[in-house]
Amino acid sequence: MDLGGLSVGWYLALSVALFTIGGVGLLVRRNPLVMFMCVELMLNAVNVAFVALGAGLNDVGGQIAVFFVLVVAATEVVIGLALVVAINRRRAGATADDLTLLKG
Amino acid sequence: MVETVFAVSAVLILVGAVGVVLFRNPVHAALSLVLTLIGVAVLFVLNDAHFLAAVQVVVYAGAIVILFLFVIMLLGVDKAEKLRIEPIAGQRPLAVVIGAGLAAVLVTVVIIGADVLTGWRRQSGERALDGASTDIERIGRVLFGEFAFAVEITAALLTVAVVGAVILTRRTPRGEQ
Repeated sequence: MDLGGLSVGWYLALSVALFTIGGVGLLVRRNPLVMFMCVELMLNAVNVAFVALGAGLNDVGGQIAVFFVLVVAATEVVIGLALVVAINRRRAGATADDLTLLKG
Repeated sequence: MVETVFAVSAVLILVGAVGVVLFRNPVHAALSLVLTLIGVAVLFVLNDAHFLAAVQVVVYAGAIVILFLFVIMLLGVDKAEKLRIEPIAGQRPLAVVIGAGLAAVLVTVVIIGADVLTGWRRQSGERALDGASTDIERIGRVLFGEFAFAVEITAALLTVAVVGAVILTRRTPRGEQ
């Protein structure tokens, strides 16, 4: 599959790199906000793959999928940030490691 | 030309992504995220997904990053995180190992899947991208035709998210739960 002389493989390689960076960031960072940003990176990696494959297969379905991913990402950020605000109101400056309240 | 645009935006995307992971200050990480999102929007334009590129800039680089920055400022957590401290022993090396494993798995999937993907036939008909209509018109037709039910579910999801956000951040009188 070629996209104007550029193989879909390049897009997939970029997507893999971006997804991996996001995943490592999610594991390494402890600030919940930055962890959310890393999740956004992973979602964007998937979006790049969707659009590139959709263009390669001449199918608008790839763009439709990205559309729904965008909506889910928006709701995820809204709920996630609301949780961060609620947690910080009770325990200021909490990192992901401090939240062991539910631990048995 | 296409190769140059792809190379430049790929570099932007990866630099921004590494910045998100490595910047100690959350504000800098959020600004670095904007770089990645703009790069992804450029790739969308390169694939003739003009509507998605606009949505990417408006919703992601606009609304979502502003929301991040707003919460960072609101909570005053914009002080640098101490990356030296490692509460869980061996967390970083383990994370890098898991990341390398993830990358290996994904690359394998792409290499194996390449044959399957190139074997697929190109779409024709309403969902085909090379028709006379613009990309926004095609998205509209398919979204409100074939995917109408999914759009309705999306509406419910957004409503739940709004109600959830209000309930989570609501301040009850007298500071009780």
